[in-house]
Amino acid sequence: MTKSPDFLNWQENELHKSISRFPERKEKFTNHGGGEINRLYIPEHIDDHYTDDIGFPGRYPFTRGVQPSMYRGRLWTMRQYAGFSTAAESNKRFRYLLDHGTTGLSIAFDLPTQIGYDSDHSMSTGEVGKVGVAIDSLADMETLFDAIPLDKVSTSMTINSPAAMLLAMYVAVAEKQGASADKIKGTIQNDILKEYVARGTYIFPPKPSLRLITNIFQWCGEQTPSFNTISISGYHIREAGSTAVQEVAFTLANGITYVQAALDAGLELDHFARRLSFFFNASSDLLEEVAKYRAARRLWARIMKVRFGAKNPTSWMLRFHTQTAGSSLAAQQIDNNIVRVTIQALAAVLGGTQSLHTNSRDEALSLPTEESVRTALRTQQVIAHESGVAETVDPLAGSYYVEQLTNKIEQEASALISKIEDNGGVVRCIEEGFIQRQIENSAYEYQQEIERGERIIVGVNKFEIEEETKPPLLRVDPRVEDDQVARLREVKANRNSDQVEKCLNTLKAAATGDTNLMPPIIAAVKEYATLGEICDVLRSVFGEYREGC
Amino acid sequence: MSNTTYRVLIGKPGLDGHDRGAKFIARALRDNGFEVIYTGIRRSPEEIAAAAVQEDVAAVGLSSLSGAHIRLFPAVVECLRKAGAGDIPVIGGGVIPDEDITLLKEKGVEAIFTPGTPVDQIIAAFTAACSKHHETRNA
Amino acid sequence: MAHTSLTSLLDGLAKQDPRAIGRAISIVEDNGPEADAILLSLDRDLVKNTTVLGITGPPGAGKSTLTSQIISTCRSRGERVGIIAIDPTSPLSGGAILGDRIRMMRHSLDRDVIVRSMATRGRLGGLCGAAGAAVRIMAGAGCQRIIIETVGVGQSEMDIIRLADITALVMAPGLGDDIQAMKAGLLEVADLLVINKADMAGAETLFMDMEAVAHERADKSNRPIAVCRTVASEGKGVEELLAEIAALENQHRASGEHDRRRSRSYDLEVLDWAMEMMRPHILQKIQKDSGERWGDPKLQAANILKQMKVDHDKIS
Repeated sequence: MTKSPDFLNWQENELHKSISRFPERKEKFTNHGGGEINRLYIPEHIDDHYTDDIGFPGRYPFTRGVQPSMYRGRLWTMRQYAGFSTAAESNKRFRYLLDHGTTGLSIAFDLPTQIGYDSDHSMSTGEVGKVGVAIDSLADMETLFDAIPLDKVSTSMTINSPAAMLLAMYVAVAEKQGASADKIKGTIQNDILKEYVARGTYIFPPKPSLRLITNIFQWCGEQTPSFNTISISGYHIREAGSTAVQEVAFTLANGITYVQAALDAGLELDHFARRLSFFFNASSDLLEEVAKYRAARRLWARIMKVRFGAKNPTSWMLRFHTQTAGSSLAAQQIDNNIVRVTIQALAAVLGGTQSLHTNSRDEALSLPTEESVRTALRTQQVIAHESGVAETVDPLAGSYYVEQLTNKIEQEASALISKIEDNGGVVRCIEEGFIQRQIENSAYEYQQEIERGERIIVGVNKFEIEEETKPPLLRVDPRVEDDQVARLREVKANRNSDQVEKCLNTLKAAATGDTNLMPPIIAAVKEYATLGEICDVLRSVFGEYREGC
Repeated sequence: MSNTTYRVLIGKPGLDGHDRGAKFIARALRDNGFEVIYTGIRRSPEEIAAAAVQEDVAAVGLSSLSGAHIRLFPAVVECLRKAGAGDIPVIGGGVIPDEDITLLKEKGVEAIFTPGTPVDQIIAAFTAACSKHHETRNA
Repeated sequence: MAHTSLTSLLDGLAKQDPRAIGRAISIVEDNGPEADAILLSLDRDLVKNTTVLGITGPPGAGKSTLTSQIISTCRSRGERVGIIAIDPTSPLSGGAILGDRIRMMRHSLDRDVIVRSMATRGRLGGLCGAAGAAVRIMAGAGCQRIIIETVGVGQSEMDIIRLADITALVMAPGLGDDIQAMKAGLLEVADLLVINKADMAGAETLFMDMEAVAHERADKSNRPIAVCRTVASEGKGVEELLAEIAALENQHRASGEHDRRRSRSYDLEVLDWAMEMMRPHILQKIQKDSGERWGDPKLQAANILKQMKVDHDKIS
């Protein structure tokens, strides 16, 4: 980069004079991950070709967004992740959210559901209904969506290993409501690869897991054209402590792996690619986050068009959901969290997200109360209607800093993806622990900066106060577990067990072969086979994945 | 010549897969001279206690962010007792409300740490617990 | 039982109580006051009859996963198994993360599998002694087979492997330079070569390379050492590997090689303990010496040893 005479002149005169009188706060300013931030960005920092690198919204390479007029047409979907205790309790919360202007549902399942254990399994002890709603069988799913019309509402489900089973239940409930499969809208997370590196709700080893995923791609391609078949998630990778660059790199590398798996299974690229969606984190480094979303969008467009040769522009688009960073919330002076969430949500909107979840102020302490969930939703509404940022497309484009950072993140993420591929690809890198180690090192470094006081977290390692009053917390009644187990027994007692057994045997035979598993799974859930029973059948054929193996 | 290297076990009971905190503590303990056995995620209280006994650690650290601490932490204490290792102190960490802390301590958990606690304080608690354990077992 | 008294500890040990076994290993590792009594109490025949298998290889080769599969196979044959998993101590802090346990957690509820993680603790000597003692305690507690697993990098790990009756060197494709670096040292001590992750690209090339090495290293009877293929993550090739090991073991027992190795290992442990016990005394003498420190260190060392010979009785 050659610097203009004007710049050098400014540096010699104004800048040096000023710094000698008022020294800068730090010797070096950095993003998380150690990337140095310059004092000033100038036109010489960016050598973009406008049409090729930045371009127009709704047009390749989509740096400025996936729709031509972005939020001037329709605002992002305000989608609050919720769900706890029993299906009936969660159903009440969903109806509350819909009444207050939520435009899409997002369901949290409890850990036993996410790992395919029934509520009466020994490993479910203490976990039933805790971080989400407990679903053991179709009966629970019917209660969960009672009086919520599934042909009208769009539903996102955070479910991965047993995504096929929960999707099957959703389809079955819709059918009972009179809505055919092609009417349902929503997303299943269905992203197993990030579970191995960051979130931990895996059941089966990578190979059969990828088969289940491609089975879903294929089945949904034919039956549920409006349903997003996967949400390739960087969110949890970032929560586990990665840098922004690692979040982009590992997420897109996972995306590449899914695309390749689907191609290997004989699926047609432009048919399934348009139903791929993404999910990113919104942390507090506002401008880095905006650059991150823009970089991810451009890099994915290039991967899909150049590398895979997708023809349909929809296949090149990276559409994404965003959630504000749960790990950034402090247990101290919790009202500060509202401010953090505002900055993070603003980053997501300035970065062109398609949907957004804002965390609640009390989530570092427990599940959010109804009041704090409402404030979180209101935060989005203030940004949408009062801040003015939604009135023009990609308002930060052309900022020397943001454009330079967009380029930098794209380049570094691209280099990291190449490194993964040189090391045998994502699955191999997971098995070797390469990705986990990278995340772990970043997390350790970040936490050390906080411990050493080099990174300030307001109210945690600086500006602390003695807090006396504690906010009201939402507690899950411990009796929920017993009630859920009782309900499970009742379902088992009242179903046709011969039919259940027959369905499970058919599923086992299908799993041993190579046909699509969706039809036998749907047949089984309709007979009220439990999630645990279905997963156990597959465990017996596929085996189980364990950490470090 | 007797050696005073402290051995501790860091475990994640239950189904919670958020291991950022547990891994951070494991590394921080390592960097402060501890020998740390890490069990990995998704372990039952029985497995954690059995490993702690075989490895003869001076303290066990548990982490859970899913809200299952109220059942799982006391279960580990109980399993240790059953294995004749009730003398091994158990320290817990996670998103844990105040009233639960009292309850957990009543059930034999030595100390509880919540998010935002400086790591030095946590290491000091492990050092104190290990030192006390070494003293009593060598008495 | 918490085994606060020596009697209760020895009693627990005789009853194969896991708590007592764990305590006993610590006491010996830390060179505690009850160490001698513990070691004296062990059944020598059990120690003699056990088989000690060394598993070593570069990081990422899949040693712990393979070990875990070997445990499963041995357990299905009804054998009681002990595992000593060694990880390096951080030279900066003196601490260590003992991470092999993660891969063996699935055996934690099996009372017939005893896993013990051990750090190298940066001791010049002492590791062989401590690990050797752990082998004896596990053998005394009824383990018919004991596996010592270690990353084959440093000198102390190399020594450790000499405690084993049979040593398998585990490799995997794609580890490149690590294997090159390892060739000189570890290939010398290995009795068996294992190509793990044999279903991966590059496994065949590695296999052929290792076959060549195996021929170079043909034993006295001109029989090349075996190269086995495994896919530890799926349990493939483990039976065959164990069959190779058993054949080798029978051969060693028949030819007297087994006894030769045991006595060599015995000598090594004795040396190790002796050095460990001498160390504080020598250190004390060095520190006591108030003389100026610009003479010749080697001559001073000889001087100290001469003095210690005079004071021989005081060394215990």
